[in-house]
Amino acid sequence: MKVRLWGVRGSLGAAGQATVRYGGNTSCIEVRPAADHLIVLDAGSGLRPLGLAVTPEVRRIDVLLTHLHMDHIQGLGFFAPFFSGDAEVAIWGPPSITASLHQRLTRYLSPPLFPVELRDFAARPTLHDAPTHESVRLGSVEVSAALILHPGPTVGYRLTSPEGTLAYLPDHEPALGARKSLEPPPWLSGGGLAEGVDLLIHDAQYTAEEYAQRIGWGHSTLDLAVTFAQLTGARRLVTFHHDPGHDDAMLDAAAQRLPVPDGLTVEPGREGATFVV
Amino acid sequence: MDYPPVELILMRQLASYLATPIFLVDAGGTLVFYNEAAEGLLGRRFEDLPEMGRDEWLQAFQPHQLDGSPLSSDDNPLPAALADGREHHRTLAIIGLDGHERQISVTAFPLIGQARRLAGAVAVFWPSEDR
Repeated sequence: MKVRLWGVRGSLGAAGQATVRYGGNTSCIEVRPAADHLIVLDAGSGLRPLGLAVTPEVRRIDVLLTHLHMDHIQGLGFFAPFFSGDAEVAIWGPPSITASLHQRLTRYLSPPLFPVELRDFAARPTLHDAPTHESVRLGSVEVSAALILHPGPTVGYRLTSPEGTLAYLPDHEPALGARKSLEPPPWLSGGGLAEGVDLLIHDAQYTAEEYAQRIGWGHSTLDLAVTFAQLTGARRLVTFHHDPGHDDAMLDAAAQRLPVPDGLTVEPGREGATFVV
Repeated sequence: MDYPPVELILMRQLASYLATPIFLVDAGGTLVFYNEAAEGLLGRRFEDLPEMGRDEWLQAFQPHQLDGSPLSSDDNPLPAALADGREHHRTLAIIGLDGHERQISVTAFPLIGQARRLAGAVAVFWPSEDR
């Protein structure tokens, strides 16, 4: 799988000179299992530039939403393939007991918040609950999902291809309520998704000082992300969902001070970064 | 490794902070946790127990009617909550693993998560003489 980060910012876009190297777009990742198949992880503002880069050879697009907070869906109305209708499109999102995915998405994709309604998308996307019960096969990729600790129904995803595995938990607070910094598996939220993966993309929004003031807001620190990666046996960690208040210099400094355990590669997520899994 | 659903993780973490005795089972009825407050009534530390399926912990704690007669699964709040997905309450007696019989009032309820998936069930209980 080829992976490219199109948006790494959390909560709110952060455009400007101070964030130009890591990027200011909110959560969006391109996964390409095949030339004609595109999997998109979350639909933050990074979805707009990704949409402009989609070529006609792409015949199937699966958009996997972890949850429906605005920074993860605000790009939906700006994704060119939705309006061209050239590819078959499916949107997957967390299940809810109170409203369908369609009902919840159209709270945003309808007036007064947005001028175009979901039914007007030429691609006529089909909507599906994330595979929290049984995995689904999307092309050559096996996709599974599990609810994880974050306010409101939120899932993380695990993508398994013949070449490798990727776990994506962009908004995740596994330390919430834990007696230790993190509970060891199996009592570790998201542990099953990330177990032994080749690439883990995980929330690292806060500094330790910020986290102490924001417990229960659903996010992690850089150190917690590293501990989570160690506990799950992930081989490479890309930190993600950078706080909009953290500029390039701050992210550089945080990465440099971090003790990296043996057997684990850690790097801050950067817009435009690519990986092969 | 089998990972429990997040609803069970959260309930276990909450229970570990509470002073009210709490007994937690997964969707299959296997005992996954009881807290420190429950240990006095159940007669042993949770950490000292082997894994116990539904039938094993029912046999170990021997829940029965206050008059000593057997308690059916339908009348036992925790198995009943697991079976029908509803809340149940009863005062009953158990034999702790320290050999002492105790009367307890038990309220049990299912943990039903998103997509209405049963994640497990919880029993909250008190010594009946405290009530």
